[in-house]
Formats: sequence, C-alpha cells, structure tokens
Amino acid sequence: MSSPTEVSPLYQVLDAPAEPGAPPASPLPTPDLLRLYRGMVRIRTVDSRMLNLQRQGRIGFYGTATGEEAAVVGSGCAFEPRDWIFPALRQGGIALLRDYPLDLYVAQCVGNSADLLRGRQMPCHYSDRRIHFVSWSSVIATQLPHAVGAAMAARLRRDPVVCGAYLGDGATSEGDFHVAMNFAGVYRAPVVFVCQNNQFAISVPIERQTASAGIAVKAAAYGFEGVRVDGNDVLACYLATRKAVDKARAGGGPTLVEAVTYRRGGHSSSDDPSRYRDERVTEEWARRDPILRFRRWLEARGLWNDPEEERFQTEVKSAVDEAIRRVEAAPPVDPGSMFEDVFAEMPAQLRAQRREALGE
Amino acid sequence: MAILTVLQAVNAALKQEMRRDDRVVVLGEDVGKNGGVFRATEGLYDEFGSDRVLDTPLAESGIIGTAIGMALYGLRPVPEIQFLDFIYPAFDQIVNELAKFRYRSGGQYPAPVVIRSPYGGGIRGGHYHSQSSEAYFAHTPGLKVVIPSTPYDAKGLLASAIRDEDPVLFLEPKRIYRTVKAEVPDTEYTVPIGVARIAREGRSCSIFCYGAMVHVALEAAEKAKEKGTEVEVVDLRSLVPLDEEAVLASVRKTGRAVVLYEAPRTGGFGAEISALIAERALEYLEAPIVRVAGFDTPFPYTLEHVYMPDARRVLAAVDRVMNF
Ligand SMILES: Cc1ncc(C[n+]2csc(CCOP(=O)(O)OP(=O)(O)O)c2C)c(N)n1
Repeated sequence: MSSPTEVSPLYQVLDAPAEPGAPPASPLPTPDLLRLYRGMVRIRTVDSRMLNLQRQGRIGFYGTATGEEAAVVGSGCAFEPRDWIFPALRQGGIALLRDYPLDLYVAQCVGNSADLLRGRQMPCHYSDRRIHFVSWSSVIATQLPHAVGAAMAARLRRDPVVCGAYLGDGATSEGDFHVAMNFAGVYRAPVVFVCQNNQFAISVPIERQTASAGIAVKAAAYGFEGVRVDGNDVLACYLATRKAVDKARAGGGPTLVEAVTYRRGGHSSSDDPSRYRDERVTEEWARRDPILRFRRWLEARGLWNDPEEERFQTEVKSAVDEAIRRVEAAPPVDPGSMFEDVFAEMPAQLRAQRREALGE
Repeated sequence: MAILTVLQAVNAALKQEMRRDDRVVVLGEDVGKNGGVFRATEGLYDEFGSDRVLDTPLAESGIIGTAIGMALYGLRPVPEIQFLDFIYPAFDQIVNELAKFRYRSGGQYPAPVVIRSPYGGGIRGGHYHSQSSEAYFAHTPGLKVVIPSTPYDAKGLLASAIRDEDPVLFLEPKRIYRTVKAEVPDTEYTVPIGVARIAREGRSCSIFCYGAMVHVALEAAEKAKEKGTEVEVVDLRSLVPLDEEAVLASVRKTGRAVVLYEAPRTGGFGAEISALIAERALEYLEAPIVRVAGFDTPFPYTLEHVYMPDARRVLAAVDRVMNF
C-alpha cells in the first residue's frame, strides 16, 4: 500500500530493459501498436493545425494535448467501443480513436451548421452519442459523478460497460472529484478514473494543488486501487488502463490511473506559461516526448520507418486540411436554432422570444 | 489622475486597500504568480507575498468556505472566482453560510468577505464563460451585490466593498474590462454602495441598467437623440441594496421606462425593477414598461450576437415606449 507522502513507483514499459540476447518481446500485436502510434501522431497534427486556426482567428479557442498524447491515446485505446467516455478538455483525441469523423471534430470548433452541437459550445467540447462520448461542460470535475452514475446504471442493467472518467490534476481539488471517488468506492462502480497529471492547472503547479505524493495515492482513502504510470509511455498507459478496465468489467470495482506527464503548451490558446513557470523544465520534458519515444521503440523492432512516417503525416495533414475546407464552406448556424433543445418541446414563451429575435 | 481601464481600476483598488489594511488578503485560482487570468491581481503577489495573496487549489467551495473562516477570525478576504460561471460549487457556502452568518449568530459573527468575479457575455465564451447570474445572489438576503460600469466606480466601489462590514458579491463586467477607459484619481476615494448614478440625463424616457449594458444604453441613447428623444440612463451600480429612490425619481421625470439586462429575461433582476416601478410609480407611466434582456436559453457560443441585447434592440424598446 502506498503512503500519502511517499511517491509510489512509476509503471513503465518502454524503458524496461530487454532480456539480453532474446528478441525484444512485444506486449501487444503489431496492429495494436501501430494504432497507438498513429493515434498519437494524429492528435499532434490535428492540434497544431487547430491551434493555427485559432491564431488566425478562424476558431475562437483551442486547448492542445501536446506532450500528453500517450496518456490520451494509451488510456483511450484501453476502452472498448461500447464503453462510455466522460472527457475533459484534452481528450478530443479519444473521440478520433472511436471513429469520430474529423469533419465533426473541426466543425465543433468552428461552430457552424456542420457542427453536431449547433454552434452552442466553445471549441474542444466534442460530444457524440453514437460513440458514447459524453457532452462535457467547461466546469472542472462535474463530469466525474456522472461517470460513476452511468457506471452504476450500466451494472444495474447488467450491461458489460465500463465508464472512463477523465480529469486533470487540478480537478482533484474539487468536491465533485471526492464525491465521485467515494461513490465509486462505496458502490464498486465499473468506472476507471484517468487523471492526466500534467503538473499544472493553468498557472498552479501540482504542489499547490495537493499535499499528497501525487494523485494515485488518493484512491487508497476511497478503498480502491490507484496506479501511477509514466504518462509519456504509451504502452504503460495502455496496459495499466486496460488492466483497470478489465477489472471493472469483471466486477472488481473502480481504479484511479494517474498518468504523470507534462503540459508542454499553454493551458489554452489564451495563456502564456512563461509568466509562471521555468520553461527549461518544459524543454526537459520535450526530450521525453511520448511520440518520439514510442517511434524509436517501434523502429528498433522494425515496425516503423521514415517513409511510413512521411506517408502517414501527409495523409493526416491532408485529411485535416480537407476537413477544414469542407467545414468552413458550410453556412453559419440558423439563428432560430438557439431556441431549440432548451426543452424537449419549445414552450410558448420561448416561441415568442424566437419570433422576436428573428424579427418576425 | 491616470487613464485606467476597468481592469486596472480593480487592480488599483486592491493595491490601495491591501496597503491601507493588512487584514485584506486575496485568494483564488491563478491570482498569485500569474496575476489572475485577466490580470486583475497583477503585481499583488510581488508586493504582498504569498501570505496575503494565495494561489489556491482548484475548488470554489474551498475558496469561499475558507474566506468565510478568515473573515470570522477578523481578516478581510477578497476571494476571486475566475468566472462567475464557476461560482456554483460555492453556491452553498455563499447562500447558506456567508449571507446568513451575521443573522444566525445574532450579530456575533459577521463575515465581511468580498467575492470578486468577472461576469457577463460579449467575449465569445459560450455557455460557461458568459453567464450573468446576479439574480440568484440578489435573491439572497444578507448579501450585497455591486456591479460597476466605469473605471472610476470600479475603484471606488471595490474600496467601499472591502471596507464594508457585510459580504459583497462584486461583479466585474469582463466585456468592458479593457475597452472602457477613463480618468481615475490616484488618491484614495470611495464610492458609496447603494447609490445609483445618472450616466446620462434625459427627459423623454429612462433606461435602467448596470454593468456592460450601461454602455449599450448610452450608445442607444446617442442614436435616439438623432430622432429627438432624450434618453436618461440610470446605472444602478448596486442591486442590493437598491437605490429605489433614484429609479422612482427618474420614472417620475420621464414617465417611460426601459429595463435592460443581459441575463435571461425570466426572473432576472430587471423584473424586480419593473415590479418596483409598477408598484410605486404606475401613475407616472405614459407607456408600459419594456424589458430588454437575454433570451431564456443557455448562453450560446456562435449566436452570442443574437442573444446579447444590443443598441438596436434597446432602440426598438425606446421607440415602443415613446410611441405607445
Ligand atoms: C469549476 C471551475 N473552476 C475554474 C475553472 C477555470 N479553469 C479552466 S481549466 C482550469 C485548470 C484545469 O486544470 P486541470 O484540471 O489540471 O486540467 P488541465 O487543463 O491541466 O488539463 C481552470 C482553473 C473551470 N473551468 N471550472
């Protein structure tokens, strides 16, 4: 059992020493390995393209997962398509893993008539019921009790569904986090909490967020297991989350997975991290880049090479560019749509307000 | 005198009060090293140190709950809630605790906390960076609700709030944080809480408003003048306590009332103003009261321009009361 003041060891796979002489064992079949790798490269590319759009004023806001791709993709791939994902700001990449079309991803950020959410939410608030990717608000930690409740409901219905509850390190300070952890423990809900500990909540470093040694240890107080994984090691993230998901599905209760990583960029497009942190540390973390690390690992096993890389990058870039082109060509949202979905049926008062807004 | 933005005026008031009274402490998310996400607390951490400027964990109930404890003990905490949209985790602490401490303890335990929070739309912030939820709080006895619309008032009212013996929710219209600039004295001054301001005098019709909407009203008033309508703009500045006399006096003078607020229309604070006028100045009215407000939908993202009251909608309301 880990102690609250002693940092528990990091679970790592990529850097684990290979048996001398023996061909390096692979923990996963090659297609799965490549899915992880491609998933990470895809987000990196999409993020950089979307951040550019934000800088050009073509979308209003954007939050990247740069440096955190292993945590997003490794954990995201560990859930099955039938599982439900309750994301936070940096898990848009998981939607893409679940075959959420790039057009919808871009359209949510642009907020025009191509957007499933009808231009109602700020960028990075993707949701799509078809892929069990639940709508989130910007309000930190509120999604966590929802994930637990959905998990309780799945079990009540005898569905073998696990819920993935995503959060940042900052979110662990909110009451809703503790409430969710407690309910999850009491009801042994089939939920896996994945905390991307990227060391910062906007400007506030993890040491100011909690006095415990990391996040994983908090699970002990709620009566279930917490694991601390190298969040820049995609295999560690995948295997640890997979184990937790399997355990939850088998009735073994919740797990808290802490992926220790680093937010390399600003908090969002409206933040300047040089105001509050030493960017030399950021450079150190850049040397532990999750994509480069895994690429080297794959290359050492002959599973990836430069031409493949080039082909894939070009493919993703042109897919994003085409999605942007198609989405930007769509008309703006219809002003009258603002009054829809407030209720299942529009009350008379709202119908009157709609007429007023449209000048009818 | 210096030309300050609303944001700089808030910052100036915080510095002034912290220098003046060492019981004043600032706490909240990102308010220290980062100087606040809008920079309202810039420079405070360097000047007053981490004992008096606390970067807190991300927990609004914790921020307000501990601020209450500090106030009970004798400090003058000025917590910041990063966006008013994020105040709800602290709603219980504010409504059931902060606002009622003095009363429930028979006056023994006052809790003079000033909660500062940027609020309102106009920055393309979508559902969760745009709300105007002042009505929930104005509905809570024991809590003052103060909203400046100019740099001068931002500094003077915040100073008054910090010196006040009661809890104050101090709402800062973030849309005009940087766009409204004016001369502000470098010297100490306060603006009394509970006194409205006539932002523009007129005889034809009154617009009652607060926060960023004051500037929308002024824009509409300027346009109405072209048609010979002299609009009076009354900036309430404080919802609780409300300067009822100022509202009634203006209605008695003009006989026409437009009530303007950006929050959803239903149950908004403007309904209270309308009721006040209907109850106490009905005989002066030449036309029914008209409300211009946000629509009864969640605050939208791309359709913000449709949602937010603008000068065009205000002018239409002025036309309606003028041509009744
Ligand atoms: C309840 C609430 N309070 C404050 C905010 C403002 N805010 C947005 S993101 C953020 C930091 C989040 O940090 P963390 O949970 O670590 O996630 P990260 O963004 O680092 O991935 C804050 C304070 C918010 N969105 N919701």
